Amino acid sequence: MSVVFESRFSFTSERRKGERRRQSRASASTAIVPREERQTVGAAAVENPRIRCMDVNVYYGSKQAIKNVSLDIGSHEIVAMIGPSGCGKSTFLRCLNRMNDTIDNCRVTGDIFLDGQNINEQSIDVVPLRAKVGMVFQKPNPFPKSIYENIAFGPRIHGLAQDKTDLDEIVATSLQSAGLWNEVKDQLDQPGTSLSGGQQQRLCIARAIAVNPEVILMDEPCSALDPIATAVIENLMIELCAEYSIVIVTHSMQQAARVSHRTAYFHLGDLIEVGATEHVFMRPMHQLTEDYITGRFG
Amino acid sequence: MVTRLEGHAFRRFDGALVYLHTEVLAMAGLVLEQIQLALESFRTQDQEILDSVCRKEYQVDGLEKKIDSAITQILAREGPVAFDLRAVMAFSKAVTDLERLGDEAVRIAQLSAKICSGESGFSNTHMLRDIGIMGDHACSLLTEAIEILETLDLDRARELLVRSDLGKEFCTSFRILTSYVLEDTRNMRYIVNVVMVLKSLERIGDHARNLAEYVVYIVSGHDIRHRENDEK
Repeated sequence: MSVVFESRFSFTSERRKGERRRQSRASASTAIVPREERQTVGAAAVENPRIRCMDVNVYYGSKQAIKNVSLDIGSHEIVAMIGPSGCGKSTFLRCLNRMNDTIDNCRVTGDIFLDGQNINEQSIDVVPLRAKVGMVFQKPNPFPKSIYENIAFGPRIHGLAQDKTDLDEIVATSLQSAGLWNEVKDQLDQPGTSLSGGQQQRLCIARAIAVNPEVILMDEPCSALDPIATAVIENLMIELCAEYSIVIVTHSMQQAARVSHRTAYFHLGDLIEVGATEHVFMRPMHQLTEDYITGRFG
Repeated sequence: MVTRLEGHAFRRFDGALVYLHTEVLAMAGLVLEQIQLALESFRTQDQEILDSVCRKEYQVDGLEKKIDSAITQILAREGPVAFDLRAVMAFSKAVTDLERLGDEAVRIAQLSAKICSGESGFSNTHMLRDIGIMGDHACSLLTEAIEILETLDLDRARELLVRSDLGKEFCTSFRILTSYVLEDTRNMRYIVNVVMVLKSLERIGDHARNLAEYVVYIVSGHDIRHRENDEK
């Protein structure tokens, strides 16, 4: 099995090199890529990626929602996915921890490698996968339990704590990493739902951190928060990327520009452009990206 | 006709950008008039012209403040990115160039008054002809740069940058002027004034080139300023 995997990987590595050459040509070109062109422009591949997605397709029944998307997520980087509603960015995000499995008529093809393992294979156990690739949703969704139990639940079912002392330590460090410890340390027995929206979202981030993830997926994590709570989450993301890779779906151009290292633009299921955030927002290479980020359609 | 500055889903942004562009062009037109008037003063030797150039300078300064305020508003309210951001930044820099062009016009008009007053007791029609020729060249360059700024025409901007350097003309005139100084040092004040006019005209050419460079930046996203330094 490993031989098959190796040979496949080396074949695709060559293909990726070819892609990179194509991409560097696109970068060197001065002309903007016209709207009709749907091939990805920019640096979709990175050195030593934490996640490598290759030719990913997603179908809802007969409708194709994601078309042949290849994209790497590097270590310690924040990748922002932007695009108009229905472009497939959340669908693609959910591929990264097999959340699409919960949708009846959804089918995902292609390869998604995490630590050299194709997580899109049916034999993969999604429970440990979802610990490695945690997720924070648009609306904060704390469990209807105490703040302590919200954090302790994951480590307990994954067997990450030997005893109560271990568990206490995980709860404390997770809440500290999420910047919530000082605000809740004296009320750990209170319900998670009693916190404010911004605090609940940080509680969800702490819950994801508690199970030692490698990657944190965030699907519009600040859309229900005020600017101050949003700034707290954004600061937190920048701190957390020292340890984790973060992929964020956002409708806020400013948020993508502020926090991400790379930005990926999706349009009608195609990955149109991906590149360093400063380049995408100053000098996008594709006309569709430019149209979208300047607010000329969408 | 919808220009490249328009077409936003949020229509107020269209209006703000088009207004900014129009005001920059209005300022450019005013500055061009100032320079043409200043050069005219060499032919007519009319004191009224100096006053007129100075009056226009107040209008130019007023427009500079108005445009700066419009730019601040756009940055604060619309959050421009990509083409829009490049346009706003380039218009902001163009305004600085235009304001300096206005200063050059005033300087030329003031020097014209000195040169034509005969205070130095020396006059040379050949030198004045040089000013006329280089002045026409500078004005036509600036006119073309303003047209390019209006149409945001990348090809014309690149073409202007290839052929628009007035440095050589200045050096040629400067060599000739040096020989007049060597002939009779009493001509010094007159010749220095002429050199300063020619230097101002060369600077006008430089500012016209800057406007073309801003258009290249707006349309292509490439910052082509000081490319000679990049190669060092």
